[in-house]
Amino acid sequence: MLKRSLAAVALLGAGAAWWLTAPTPLSHATETALVTAPADHIQGEQVFWAAGCASCHVAPDAEEGDAPLLAGGQAFASDFGTFYAPNISPSEQGIGGWTLLEFANAVQAGVSPDGAHYYPAFPYTAYAKATPADIAALYAFMQTLPLDATPSKAHDVGFPFNLRRSLGGWKLLFGAPTGPAVTADDPVLQRGAYLTEALAHCTECHTERNALGGLNSDRWLAGAPNPNGKGRIPNITPAGLDWSDIDLMAYFTTGLTPDYDSAGGHMASVVQNLARLSEEDRMAIVDYLKAIPAVADQPSDP
Amino acid sequence: MLKPAIAAALTFATAGFAVADTDHSKLPPEIQARHGLMANYAINLGVLGDMAKGKTDYNAELAALASANLAAFASTDQSLLWPEGSDAMTADGSRALPKIWEDRADFDAKSDDLATAATALAAVAGTDLAGLQSAMGGVGGACGACHKVYREPK
Ligand code: HEC
Ligand code: HEC
Ligand code: HEC
Repeated sequence: MLKRSLAAVALLGAGAAWWLTAPTPLSHATETALVTAPADHIQGEQVFWAAGCASCHVAPDAEEGDAPLLAGGQAFASDFGTFYAPNISPSEQGIGGWTLLEFANAVQAGVSPDGAHYYPAFPYTAYAKATPADIAALYAFMQTLPLDATPSKAHDVGFPFNLRRSLGGWKLLFGAPTGPAVTADDPVLQRGAYLTEALAHCTECHTERNALGGLNSDRWLAGAPNPNGKGRIPNITPAGLDWSDIDLMAYFTTGLTPDYDSAGGHMASVVQNLARLSEEDRMAIVDYLKAIPAVADQPSDP
Repeated sequence: MLKPAIAAALTFATAGFAVADTDHSKLPPEIQARHGLMANYAINLGVLGDMAKGKTDYNAELAALASANLAAFASTDQSLLWPEGSDAMTADGSRALPKIWEDRADFDAKSDDLATAATALAAVAGTDLAGLQSAMGGVGGACGACHKVYREPK
């Protein structure tokens, strides 16, 4: 009898875990907002560059042109294994047959059309904060890009991380990391925060993570170890970055630092994307970086 | 002979320029030489960039001079500066990635891209500020395109 109820409890626990880790699609309200949004290509192109989709999804040695070929194939090494960015061109091997809602669920909820979780190497936890109008516009713009027939490459990830289901627990823990609040009635700062956190996901590289891979909200944009090994990704809060507005604008436009060296590593791709945004948008990012709390480097940081 | 106006602008524009922290005298000559070449790029580009940003006043003669220098430096043959075995994994004091020697043709093409962008800048930099500003991005992009692939991050 006792055994039986224990088994029942265990079963219930497993059932709850299964249910809790099940992929959750976007809410009904969000879906309605998506399908009723005007699909503006021009706006979509701006979202596309701000969000840096091409940086990860063009082929490993491709140059980023105006109409990039999103063939996929770049490798992203992590502690859990190596991920390969898939083909997301509007072809059969990419997102050709996808509906707007399937697309939005992938980009914002990290759920695939057949209901599986995506790995957070795809920064959907940032894109989750994007507006439905921006996602609908992005979808429209991406349909205009050239087709590529390269099949997506399988990831090289070991147990238990190869079980996409186990990601449900991760998502539960870290679903929506939030940064410091900026003045609610300042539209420029709001725009800067939106670009930085939701679209350009600056936080994904410039904020350190805890042992399980979630962003540390207390050290927002205060620098992080470089996942590619050597050095640190710099602290870009006012404690780490004393560049003037003019210097920051020039860096985001030409990639040149105040010493006239140029941005290196992944930041070079980020700059290529930022250079395609409007001057107002770049300025909004600068204003936001100046307004967030200064977080000093930790004594252990070099 | 530099005109006084240029000389004055020059002192101002380059004051406070950061000095690299490596002891260059101990490095192999090829690595010293390419760091020197890069420093020459940076100094000339700095004069132009400060004008483009509005940190210093636009000075047509100085802009023409710095952009001509940059184009000349970028157009020199650099084959002797990058011998095999002088990459960051093998030699101290270098941030040059081994990938340079795996894809030398592409590395050289990126070097040519800079020469093209710098020549385009030199053609307009001395005309007016708008011309200078419009061509700066091309040069910055050419520096970054090579550093992104062939230089080790800090
Ligand atoms: C930091 C690199 C990175 C960026 C930036 C990025 N992605 Fe991805 N994306 C990935 C990776 C890695 C995957 C594979 C995830 C998986 O299989 O679990 C992926 C998967 C996808 C998928 C699923 C494709 C499929 O076949 O199931 C879509 C759709 C997608 N990305 C669209 C986008 C869009 C749109 C953007 C810009 C808004 C974007 N990505 C930005 C790395 C990135
Ligand atoms: C894919 C990772 C990545 C993303 C995303 C990213 N950065 Fe960076 N960032 C870097 C790296 C790496 C460096 C160091 C570059 C170098 O070594 O030249 C850097 C450098 C910088 C610097 C120069 C700081 C200094 O002290 O040298 C600024 C400013 C900056 N990033 C701002 C941003 C902003 C704003 C965003 C979002 C729009 C952003 N970054 C997104 C990786 C990233
Ligand atoms: C064809 C490739 C290429 C181009 C183009 C290029 N660089 Fe470099 N640069 C490098 C490499 C590689 C290194 C690292 C060299 C080393 O440490 O051995 C470097 C290093 C540097 C350094 C650091 C020098 C030092 O003392 O450590 C500066 C500054 C620099 N580059 C500025 C520039 C500027 C400014 C431009 C554009 C006007 C530019 N570079 C264009 C490849 C390039």
